[in-house]
Amino acid sequence: MTNRPTTEFMLSVTPQPTPRRRRPLIVRLLMKPEGAITIAFLLFVVVLAVFAWVIAPVPPNLTDLNTVNAPPFSPGHPLGADQSGRDILSRLAWGSQPTIIGALIVLVVSVLVGVTSGLLAGFFRGKAEGVGTFVSDVIMSLPGIVLLIALYTLTGPNIPAAMAVFGILVAPTYFRLVRSVVVNVRNELYVDAARVVGLSNTRIIGRHVLWAVRGPVIIQSAFIIAAGIGIQAGVDFLGLGDPKQPSWGTVMQDAFNNIYNNPVGVWWPALLISLTILSLVLLGNILRDELQSTGVRPLSNRSKRTLTRDSTARPVKAVPGGENVIAIRGLKVAYPQAGGTITEVVHGVDLDVKPGEIHGLVGESGSGKSQIAFSTLGILPKEAITLSGSIWMDGDDLLADGKRLASARGSKIGYVPQEPMSNLDPSFTIGAQLTYGLRAVRSMSKKEARAELLALLTRVGIRNAEQVFRMYPHEISGGMAQRVLICGAIASGPKLIVADEPTTALDVTVQAEVLELLRELSRERGLAMILVTHNLGVVADICDVVSVMRDGRIVEEADVESLFASPKQAYTQELLASSRSVEIIEEAS
Amino acid sequence: MLTMSILKKLARAIAVFLVVTFVTFCMMFGNGAGIARGVLGLDAQPSDVQKEVVKLGLDQPLLVQYGKWLLGVVTGNLGQSYFTGQSVNEALASRVPVTLSLVIATLILTLVLSVAIGVTAAIFGGWIDRVVQFFTVLGAAVPAFIIAVGLVFAFAIALPLFPATGYVALSDDPTAWLHSIALPVIALLIGSVASAAAQIRGAVLDVQGRDFVRTLRARGIPEGPLLFRHVLRSASGPGLTVLSLQTIALLGGAVFVEQIFALPGIGQLANTSAQQGDVPIVMGIVLVTIVFVLVVNLLGDLANAALNPKARTR
Repeated sequence: MTNRPTTEFMLSVTPQPTPRRRRPLIVRLLMKPEGAITIAFLLFVVVLAVFAWVIAPVPPNLTDLNTVNAPPFSPGHPLGADQSGRDILSRLAWGSQPTIIGALIVLVVSVLVGVTSGLLAGFFRGKAEGVGTFVSDVIMSLPGIVLLIALYTLTGPNIPAAMAVFGILVAPTYFRLVRSVVVNVRNELYVDAARVVGLSNTRIIGRHVLWAVRGPVIIQSAFIIAAGIGIQAGVDFLGLGDPKQPSWGTVMQDAFNNIYNNPVGVWWPALLISLTILSLVLLGNILRDELQSTGVRPLSNRSKRTLTRDSTARPVKAVPGGENVIAIRGLKVAYPQAGGTITEVVHGVDLDVKPGEIHGLVGESGSGKSQIAFSTLGILPKEAITLSGSIWMDGDDLLADGKRLASARGSKIGYVPQEPMSNLDPSFTIGAQLTYGLRAVRSMSKKEARAELLALLTRVGIRNAEQVFRMYPHEISGGMAQRVLICGAIASGPKLIVADEPTTALDVTVQAEVLELLRELSRERGLAMILVTHNLGVVADICDVVSVMRDGRIVEEADVESLFASPKQAYTQELLASSRSVEIIEEAS
Repeated sequence: MLTMSILKKLARAIAVFLVVTFVTFCMMFGNGAGIARGVLGLDAQPSDVQKEVVKLGLDQPLLVQYGKWLLGVVTGNLGQSYFTGQSVNEALASRVPVTLSLVIATLILTLVLSVAIGVTAAIFGGWIDRVVQFFTVLGAAVPAFIIAVGLVFAFAIALPLFPATGYVALSDDPTAWLHSIALPVIALLIGSVASAAAQIRGAVLDVQGRDFVRTLRARGIPEGPLLFRHVLRSASGPGLTVLSLQTIALLGGAVFVEQIFALPGIGQLANTSAQQGDVPIVMGIVLVTIVFVLVVNLLGDLANAALNPKARTR
């Protein structure tokens, strides 16, 4: 086992230093090229709106019959002129203000309505939440533009009113967002603590909840302004605005009506509208990356390969002998971190399991025991990197060949997961998913598979196997589901079972039964087992041999009696002592 | 059990129908004198306006007017246009098929393309995923009317391959129909595929990360069957929700696209009628729209029940 410290390893694969996170948001945005470009463009649009009276060469509605349909770059008309000889640049510049104001009305109304109702619904739950959710579902399912057209028959050309109504129509996006954030925050401890201390509801909302929702609301606002500009331009384009007031949409409408005489004219408003909306959407995405993501990106396949090649170049230790069902040598697993570095979580582990042996793998959470379990099955999460190591089974190294590992899954190694309910496919009956899994690794008819599975279900303690076979996962209990999963793991006749905390999610009485079942199956079938657990009681109950893990290393391995009688490592002693004190507390209560 | 939940959904749909139509009705018919002045013209005498109000029945209490309209909905008589005298039923009957053919053609293509693109991006990841993400952001951001104008510019003016305006019914001449509807469908399709594909990608990635997929993989099921039999099956629920929302969004997009390509659908009718102040026609279109939305939602719920055993037995 190598004892190289993690930090040294990390330095060798860390080309770029981790960026400092505590700069102000605006600086962080400007440091990204895409952030700088979008912000610059939006700034340009704002300048266009505010200084229209300086930028525009002539008044927007000034007609000049000499310049009808003037092409771009004509003297005095940089972007050309329209069918009435009006200067397109001046009209677009003067049109920026109503467009932006329209979008801001949408923003203000939707934030006021959506955020307030979302805060109330999320904080008080109950009836208020039910009504709010119903109303927001109804509003979300209506096509807004049809309602805006209907509104026109009432108000006539009144863009502010239309934008205010559109604000209400998009308010549900804030409502849903804020409600879910508030529900999460509300369940968090610090709000409880605030309530215990005696803060009033308004203080709690003001202090904690508003702080938590501000990020998501800022991000959403970029998208809402974009939608507001789109709808404002759209409504004006349809001719539902004031024809005398230039805006991006009316310029677009005029240009489109004149498209045969001056086809280039549509490009300017179309570009201005699209680029503004696009900048806002990109800004929203960048904000989301900055404010919400962890910055962790899965490594590309190429850099994964490079990393693995470097570390497997070291000579593998001698091929282990044949008396083991499985032999793991020098296994190293790592995960990518923010800033392009990687962190090793399993530091070169060796593990041998003999036929029929129940091998406990214990340690606190984060010690790397599940990583080892997943590695033997090749079911590590996508972003995980197996840096080096070998897993020997029947004289072959499973890690050397992905196909070999895939064909060992199910047929040679079975897997019993931790949480029974989430590990059954909700869309299929118990029978269908068991049959399909079994027939994927063993060639047999559906009928044979069914007969064998029914017998096995009965064996794992399901009384009415025929009936359960036809049921869906949500119709059975957690204990039953775990029996079904055990049945699924052993059905194909593997030599080794990898069980990842198989009893943690179960009721105490069911736990004992499931452990008993695993022990019986191991004896009956000569099954070896790797049992991952943090519970030393489970270890004492069922295991033959124990490996104690800490920080990605196995610190002690011994048969179960000697480990409990005379633990050698200080960490093992600590673990034993703490688990005894837990037992005492549990018995006392 | 199943019929109970359908009945519940139906009752809910009727409630939504009543609330939305009532609110819209009050909004639109609230100003009787305004409507009458719109019909007669701005320089009409106040006495004539008053006569017109009585003639159109706008002097009655709103609740009575709404009740009459609702009775008309049940008996299949939605009144007449204030301007042409044409019955609203007739106007809608000639217009609805145009919009429906536009929306349904777009929807079918959206379904095929967005599933193909979204699933591909989710499975392969890497540069394919990045390219898809880039184009979905782009396609979903640019409004349909700008895309439509761009298409007119490119394929009807600069490179005249398609007609810029006009509509031929499918029953008259299928080839000409296809020709007349190609650009409008593409205009709607780009945004629709982009936003649906992005969400379907997300749904597939979400299911791929679930525990049961890991367990099924550990049981020895190869990647291909795992994806097609198990992952896509579970992702189809959220995918369906995305598509039903997209269908409703298409109806909104159709308003613009019909205007630009001069397709005689309900979107175009809504726009011209609203600008004239032809309230019965606009109200009829609102009715059709709401019924369409409710039907789409109901179909979505039914399909979801068929796909999701949990929803079926609840």
